[in-house]
Amino acid sequence: MVDTKKTEEVQVIIPANEIDKVSDEKWEPKIIAFLCNWCSYAGADLAGVSRIQYPPNVRVVRVPCSGRINPLFILKSLQVGWDAVLVSGCHPGDCHYISGNYYARRKFSVLDDLLEFIGIDKGRINFSWVSAAEGEAFAKVIRKITKKTRQLGPNTIFKEDQ
Amino acid sequence: MEKIGAVLTIGGGIAGIQSALDLAESGFKVYLIEKTTGIGGVMAQLDKTFPTNDCSMCILSPKLVEAGRHQNIELLINAKILKVEGRAGNFKVKILKKALFINSEKCTGCGVCAEKCPVNSIDFYNEKLSRGKATFVKYPQSVPLVFSINQDNCIGCGVCEGVCKANAVEYSQKDEEVELNVGAVILAPGFDEFDPAPLKVYGYGKYRNVVSSIEFERILSASGPYSGMVLRPSDGDIPEKVAFLQCIGSRDIHHSKPYCSSVCCMYTAKEAVIAKEHQKQVNPTIFSMDIRAYGKDFDKYIIRAQDEYGIRYIRSRISLIEENPKTNNLILKYEAEDGSLITEEYNMVVLSVGLNPPDDAIELSKTFGFELNEFNFCKTSTFEPSKTSKPGIFVCGAFAAPKDIPESVIQASASAAHANILLHSARNSLVTKKEYPTEIDVAGKPPRIGIFVCHCGINIGGVVDVPGVVDYAETLENVEYAERNLYTCSADTQIKIVETIKEHNLNRVIVASCTPRTHEPLFQETIREAGLNPYLFEMSNIRDQCSWVHMHEPVAATEKSKDLVRMAVSKANKIEPLQRTILDMNHNVLVIGGGISGLTASVGFAEQGFMTYLVEKTAELGGFAKNIHASIEGSNVKEFLSNLIEKANNNENLKIFLEAEIDTIEGYVGNFKTKLKSKGNKENKNNTFEHGIIIVATGGEEYKPTEYLYSKDPRVVTQIDFEKMLFESEINKKVNKIVMIQCIGSRNDKNPYCSRVCCAEAIKNSIKLKDLHPEKEIIVLYRDIRTYGLKEQYYREARSKGVIFIRFDEKLPPELIKEEENLIIHVDSPNIGKLDLDLDLLVLSVGIHPPYESNEILAPMLKIPLNDDKFFLEAHVKLRPVDFATEGIFVCGLAHSPRSIDESIMQANAAVSRASTYLSKDEIETEGIVATVDISKCSGCGLCIETCAYNAITMDEEKMVVIINSALCKGCGACSSSCRGSAIDLLGFTNEEIYLVINEVK
Repeated sequence: MVDTKKTEEVQVIIPANEIDKVSDEKWEPKIIAFLCNWCSYAGADLAGVSRIQYPPNVRVVRVPCSGRINPLFILKSLQVGWDAVLVSGCHPGDCHYISGNYYARRKFSVLDDLLEFIGIDKGRINFSWVSAAEGEAFAKVIRKITKKTRQLGPNTIFKEDQ
Repeated sequence: MEKIGAVLTIGGGIAGIQSALDLAESGFKVYLIEKTTGIGGVMAQLDKTFPTNDCSMCILSPKLVEAGRHQNIELLINAKILKVEGRAGNFKVKILKKALFINSEKCTGCGVCAEKCPVNSIDFYNEKLSRGKATFVKYPQSVPLVFSINQDNCIGCGVCEGVCKANAVEYSQKDEEVELNVGAVILAPGFDEFDPAPLKVYGYGKYRNVVSSIEFERILSASGPYSGMVLRPSDGDIPEKVAFLQCIGSRDIHHSKPYCSSVCCMYTAKEAVIAKEHQKQVNPTIFSMDIRAYGKDFDKYIIRAQDEYGIRYIRSRISLIEENPKTNNLILKYEAEDGSLITEEYNMVVLSVGLNPPDDAIELSKTFGFELNEFNFCKTSTFEPSKTSKPGIFVCGAFAAPKDIPESVIQASASAAHANILLHSARNSLVTKKEYPTEIDVAGKPPRIGIFVCHCGINIGGVVDVPGVVDYAETLENVEYAERNLYTCSADTQIKIVETIKEHNLNRVIVASCTPRTHEPLFQETIREAGLNPYLFEMSNIRDQCSWVHMHEPVAATEKSKDLVRMAVSKANKIEPLQRTILDMNHNVLVIGGGISGLTASVGFAEQGFMTYLVEKTAELGGFAKNIHASIEGSNVKEFLSNLIEKANNNENLKIFLEAEIDTIEGYVGNFKTKLKSKGNKENKNNTFEHGIIIVATGGEEYKPTEYLYSKDPRVVTQIDFEKMLFESEINKKVNKIVMIQCIGSRNDKNPYCSRVCCAEAIKNSIKLKDLHPEKEIIVLYRDIRTYGLKEQYYREARSKGVIFIRFDEKLPPELIKEEENLIIHVDSPNIGKLDLDLDLLVLSVGIHPPYESNEILAPMLKIPLNDDKFFLEAHVKLRPVDFATEGIFVCGLAHSPRSIDESIMQANAAVSRASTYLSKDEIETEGIVATVDISKCSGCGLCIETCAYNAITMDEEKMVVIINSALCKGCGACSSSCRGSAIDLLGFTNEEIYLVINEVK
């Protein structure tokens, strides 16, 4: 068994010089968001149409369905240095493609366990269901994740390898 | 007589455009005539639209472009009708095309002539608030984008002729007469705004800070005279106190405008909200008699305006405005509801002007020989709301009665349906198929990317440093060309994009502007015209998901825009051309619901020769309308309904299934397969049929009240019960005092919407009672009387016949008290105070709600959404009011939202026309984004087969690899991300493309 408690501790410790560097550069969290075209992407558009303001830290990748999102995309995102990942799709039952979001949910629950097993801080990976009518909800999700990621600090998970 | 497969549409507003597009897509040649120099109508002048605050130009612009470039639509601008001969099916129409003095074939719309024109004339688009030139284009996104010279202002200096590089200026151009041969005519001339100048009491035209609502709309617009700042005309100050005065030129018998203009309550709420959004300091107050928020989600908007934006509503009609000459402020005197006289000073006043019939209404009626009603709107009837008195001439939009955009769009499609039914035998006789240039083979060629960054007026450019983004884009890999546009979606930019692709030999195109959800098809079409495969296109959403949500962070928004463009470039470097699949189109139709809407739609299809299956869950056709005897206009509903049912029963193309429900539906547009199940009727058992289209006409239900002792005391009845007494039996002689209460089961916490028909229903029954028994007393307790449009005249009639109307407040509903055997209603009215009314009969105006249970079953079955109130949710509330996001499925009647019989008939016909755009074709194209399998990697595990919700994947048992049917594939990608061997990829969203985007972290 892997001692998860221990690995988590390792995660939080950031070398002192890293912190200095960060504060000098005014580090801003970079968040990548995979949004399904029919619900969450439309919800994000609605936030825009309704002029609901949220932090400018998120970069959206549009995909047809949350079912399209391969767990590898999430790992890859953390590997190349995104500070957090958001995966968002239609509410369960609302999937434009009937059942894609259920598959997504199942896959990500397995991924969740895997992350814990290999000791990656789960706080950097976020899932939400946002419908096309929920502009405010989308903005809230982004506000929340940005705040959380700011507290976690820069993503150094894969830094040691480089 | 030979029928002609062409239609003439008069008026280039949103109604005219929609009917033209419907018919052009249904196999007819359409001539779209516009009296000004560009199409778009009033909608092009609007800043935002209610109740979603969608940017008006943003949603209209793709339609303008589509109409302007459609192969089967011929635009005739600056034109008027001279003479009409012939009859339904074959008209000859003589048209005068007035000279533009600029050759529209040669004009590129560059605008140099207007820039150099020395004459300052007036700009009508901005409602006389800013200055234009003698050479002008109607507005920047105008279709067609050609300039013309206004001869009244031209001094003949010759400057424009000298500067025009295209040699398009032709001072000698003469008016031209053309003759058209068409089978039908659609009238969509729209409306004129009421001119408030003759009403001296408001000082319009005298006091500079009194503006009309359409002028205020231009003030709010980013492309308006003050670039979207809310400023008052006299001194350019921000007006802190703005008063909106309702019913200017509406509900006003003194100025012979007795009707309600239907839209002003909502557009005023919208203008107030937007003003507040643009300038926080602005505090709007709206003076109105009733708040008529009767449409889908309208009441929620009014509540938001009051609660979130602090918009103040005062129920009063202002009779006089005076100006403070020193400050140019305006002094308003009004009587508050409690009777006290109040004087208030405002910085600016907006007059919410009503909708008048167009000034050429009489001329049109004479030329074409159709009748007008007493207000000079086009005369129609309850059961044929889109037909004029002359066969073959149909009407839509505000010319038939004042109405908002979605109702105009619905009626536009409805009038197109009538043309479809009349001319279906001549379909496809005069049209040409759209030809695209041969696709350029890009295989193996290095990417050459072109990027177009949109300012979107100030929507993007006001926040994001657009030139900076363009400079940055030029530095990215394989970017050969980058430029910025004021509006990348405008017609002239489309031409520019095509030219640029050719000139720079581009083979990938990126547009950084708004959302691909609305604009991707437009740009894909454009690059197709330049010979590129439509999938060699990417979009960056730097407006909806950037400039609009980071309005106060220009630096971060610019950085984000650059990131998004870089991510798009990264993907564009890898994208490949994709091929669309051609599918057969089954010409049969399934209609679900046998009420007035379902019946009307079914007959509309059957009369065009399409086999129609009508499925009704009860044992009888007719729906809820069976309970209704007459419309408010006095038309006989019973008779109409029995005729309609007879028509349906006698049509050999119509097969009716009673006591039947849908068991299963599978398939997709053009290829549905449905199995019925039956409760009682054994005939329907295992009935299975194939069809290409689905119409959802499942209707609504009457709210069953639990309040006011209903069902406990026989003296408490609903309007339907009361109607039955009035029309079928007798009113008890002892019943002398009748009280009606409105909004039972509507506009409350559970059902927050207005049921739309109850006010008219109460008034109809009140008038009927007074006609039968003038001596009986009737009191209507209401919150707002919502007799919108021409129904307002019956409200007046009821009052003149002695019906008493007393308003109550939402928070203080009337109370019913039973004292021994006597019923007493206690009401606390804001304008009369506390009253106790004794009564013999209490009539409850109960609302409409959706059939919750069956809607919840049907919605997931068809993969179509419901709104919060459980009515079906259309694809777009403004411009796609009968379509669903899922192709091939349409909605009409109460399934959409509460509506009256004439409105249901209109919407049913609209569904017929929308569906005819598919049914008129033998094959349709599917999307190119589909899954593909690399069989060398496939291990035949079959996991993807289980994952696919569309049964698009099968196993090749021999080779033990899977096969994907691209006609069935919907492109969701669930199979791809489930494949353990990465054998399946999704074209358009490949793993490689997504990884490249992910790698663009910075």
